[in-house]
Formats: sequence, structure tokens, C-alpha cells
Amino acid sequence: MTNTLGRPDFAAIAAWVQPGESVLDLRCGDGTLLKLLQQERGARGWGVEIDPDNVAAAIANGINVIQGNLEGGLAGFEDRAFDHVVLSRTLQTVRHTEGILREMLRVGREVVVSFPNFAYWKNRMAVMNGRMPVSEDLPYQWFNTPNVRFFTIDDFEALCTQMGVTIRERHVLDEEGRLIEEEQNFLGSLGVYRITR
Amino acid sequence: MTSGTGVGVVEPQRARFDAPLRLRSGQTLPGFELAYETYGTLNAARSNAILVCHALSGHQHVAGVHADAPNNLGWWDNIVGPGRPLDTDRFFVVGVNNLGGCHGSTGPASLNPATDAPWGRDFPIVTVEDWIEAQARLADRLGVSQWAATIGGSLGGMQAMQWTIEHPGRVRHALVIAAAPKLSAENIAFNEVARQAILSDPDYAAGKRPERGLRLARMLGHITYLSDDQMADKFGRRLRHGEYKYGFGVEFEVESYLRHQGDKFAGWFDADTYLRMTKALDYYDPAAACGGDLAAALAKAEAKFLVVSFTTDWRFSPERSREIVNALVKNHQNVAYAEIESQHGHDSFLMENAHYHRVVANYLANVKT
Repeated sequence: MTNTLGRPDFAAIAAWVQPGESVLDLRCGDGTLLKLLQQERGARGWGVEIDPDNVAAAIANGINVIQGNLEGGLAGFEDRAFDHVVLSRTLQTVRHTEGILREMLRVGREVVVSFPNFAYWKNRMAVMNGRMPVSEDLPYQWFNTPNVRFFTIDDFEALCTQMGVTIRERHVLDEEGRLIEEEQNFLGSLGVYRITR
Repeated sequence: MTSGTGVGVVEPQRARFDAPLRLRSGQTLPGFELAYETYGTLNAARSNAILVCHALSGHQHVAGVHADAPNNLGWWDNIVGPGRPLDTDRFFVVGVNNLGGCHGSTGPASLNPATDAPWGRDFPIVTVEDWIEAQARLADRLGVSQWAATIGGSLGGMQAMQWTIEHPGRVRHALVIAAAPKLSAENIAFNEVARQAILSDPDYAAGKRPERGLRLARMLGHITYLSDDQMADKFGRRLRHGEYKYGFGVEFEVESYLRHQGDKFAGWFDADTYLRMTKALDYYDPAAACGGDLAAALAKAEAKFLVVSFTTDWRFSPERSREIVNALVKNHQNVAYAEIESQHGHDSFLMENAHYHRVVANYLANVKT
């Protein structure tokens, strides 16, 4: 599969969703991913979004969007309510990392998480040169970033081990969305993980 | 600002239904009339009709003006009209006064055919479910076998939702705004104080119009429709005369406002209607038939839902709307939910708010006609 609407992680996520399965997309934005999963994978989708403009846009897109934030967890959702719970490029913006991962694993049979890899070589270069990295996957300046947790592919996997979470599949992509097979923590800009309890 | 020119002059309409209507209470209405209005044009497929359900003190005059009252704009005119969220260029919008009302539909002021005298306080207690049945007969009369959407705020939102349970095949979308799946003890408590204000008015006991009771009921109601923030903004502790008078006259601006609202309401609203509308609210609890399981009650709904709440609404807070949303999501039903930033408390659903109206318009844009 090629890049999908400029979001290379979407292609990996779409491949993991089977027709008829249910998906909860956290911070779903205007619902682009859910629309793709519904149209191309025949999935049934719901999304959570906090930004009012995104909520209005998602409604215009015909998405089952539910306005709410993630810091309070996923209290309204039942255990194992969804086949997949997706958190795309957002884990680094959530303060309670373990909390949200546990909540996602509670309401979903499988969890998909994608996040920018802080240890990507260009990011390392930037820091070596004395500046915080700004890249395709870390597009903010240090003073206006919504990101509050900076971690690497190796950090994430260590956390999964510590939490007893099983990693089913991992796609590591560079800035152009190409699959990286070797030296992933160095050459990869974005990690896309499929995890279960 | 409200866009466009609105629906203009509209014609009051009435429909008579002769078949008896068996009510939830066990009583039977021998027949009834409904006062209603319509805006826009029913299409050839009769598939573009939207039912607007009214709240406690609402009625059928939703939009536009009557030829003989050019200043009496409908209560939800800001959302209904050409180019407005309930776009009358696309939709055929129906407003109806509920049974037991005091705006032309059969209610306490109507003649009881058994006695040829007004029903008054003998008019049966009616419920949300009874209203749906009456509205369904109106839909039949209009040739509408399925609503494109039902919509309402507060008690109106409860009706919009109940349609999807009573007649799953007859509604494609339900827009449930500033509502709750049932009243809390606190909600019922407020209603009971309002009723007692009326019932304990000596004029009511004497068979006269209990204006004092109605005034108190409305003053109490109004407090629950506003938010603390809004009252602080609008009135604060401002005084009418700039200084304390050390008496019981109107001193604070908020007192003046409440008295004005109470007087206005007591001048025209029917006390027996008010009593019945509050009881309909209290009794509403669709989950009760399913052992308290709201998801089970909603499972039969075939409609898609838009649920909307307002941040400062403490009468039916956003958490109450989330109960509806959570039940629908549990069933894997289609629902969108927006929590609108607004300082107007429960009354927000009636207010002009660009984001709120955009949410409703965006949702309805996807409703096929």
C-alpha cells in the first residue's frame, strides 16, 4: 500500500483492520482515518476528538465523532467494546502514558499506536547541533509543541515489556513513509505498533 | 447573526383525530386536535420531513410570524428557515403543540365531550409516549411514513429520542439536544416545588387562575435554565436603586428579572398544562422497561443520532447527554456528540451560537432527503 492522504501510518493501520470490524480512533481529527477505514476496509468507526472545529468537521464528514478529552481516560466506553483502538501520532501529547495505554487495552481487543521516534538520526543530529528537532513527524518548535512526552522506539518497547503488553506487529517508517527494516531506532522517524494485552 | 430572511408569514393549522387515544395512564382520550405549523415543502417522495418537538413551555409556532401578529417570531426561528441549519429549502419542517398543551391542541382548556365543559384539572396526565402516538397520527395525516429527522431540546430532545424507540422504522435521524435519558432526583425536586407553587395557590383551590403559583413556578424554572456564570455576568449584585432599601421590594436586578419573567408567564400560560408538562418530564424513563438498561432500551432504534450538550447546562448537564451517547456506542449505533461551549446554561439550546448551529447544519447536510 502506498501513502494514504499524506499519512503513511494510515496504510499500515488500514491493513490491520478487517471488514466489519469496529474501530475507535482517539483524537480522530476531522475523521480522515475513520472515513478511509469505513470506505476502503468496510470497518465501523467511532472517534473521540476534543477540538470543536475538528468535531464540526468530522460531523460534516459523517463520522461518529464523540467530543471528549483523553486525560480522563475512556470512562464512557465498555470493556472490549471495539476490535481496534487507534491512537495515531498522539501518544506523545498525553501526559498519562501508561494510563491511556491501559485504557485503550481495556476497551479494545487490539490497540494501534503510532508516534514520532525521538531517536531518529535527523533528530539526533539536530540535538548534536544544539537545537531541538523539527521534522516531518515532529513538526513543532519546542515552545509551541503539544507534545509533552519525548520517547524513542526502544523506550516504547521497554515500556511495553514493563507493562506486560504484547507487541504483535511493528512498522517503522522514515520521513518519506518508506518501511525501515534495520536499525529502526536510528533510521525510523515514525513507529506504528499493533499491541494487545 | 441569523442568516437569511426566515420563513416569513406562516399559517396556523389544525388536525382533528376522531379515533380514541389510549394513554399510558390507562385513561382514554375520546379524540383530539393538534395545532401545528409547517415550513418548507414536502417533496414528492415525502422523505424530507423533520419533526420539531417542543420543550416545557413551547408550542407549534416554531418559526416565522402569523399575519395577525407580525412581531411574534417563532420560538426557534433562529435555526429554521432558508439557508439556516433546518434548511427549509431542503426540508419540510413540522412544529406541533403537544397534547395537554395550551396553544390550540387538545388540553385542559378544551371542552370535555362527556361534560361539554372545559376539562380543566380533569384532563388526563399525558406522557412523552402519548405525545409520540399523537404526533405519529399527525405524520400519517401529512403522509409522512418516516421522518428524515426528529429534533428537540430538553423535553423536546426526549421526544426526538423516544421516536426512535417507539417507531424505529419511522425515523432516520434523531437530534437530541440538551436532554437527559431521565430526570434525576434533583430535577424532579425542582419540578415538584414548581407544582406545589401552583397547587398551593388559594386561587387554584378556588378554581381560579393561580397567577401567583404560576409566577413562582416560572421564577424557579428560570433559575434552573440559566447558569451561575451568566447570572453573574447579566446581573451580578447590581441594585435597581443604587443602595439597599432594607425592605422586600425589588432591590437586586436579578429579582427584577425573575419577577418580570414570572409575571409574563403567569399572564398567558395554563397552570394545568404546566402541571402536566412537568409530570411528563418526571415520568420519562425509557430504560425502566429494560430494567434500567438504557442501551437495551435504545437497541431497537434504527436511527442515527446527533447528541448535543452545553458546557454550562446544569439542569441537563453534558454528563447526562454522555449517558445517551455511551449507551448508543455500547450498542455500536451511529452517534455523533458535541459539547458546545456556551454560557447560557440550559437555555443555550434556544440561543444563536455559531458553533452550535454549524454542528447542527453539518449533521443535517448529510441527512438524505
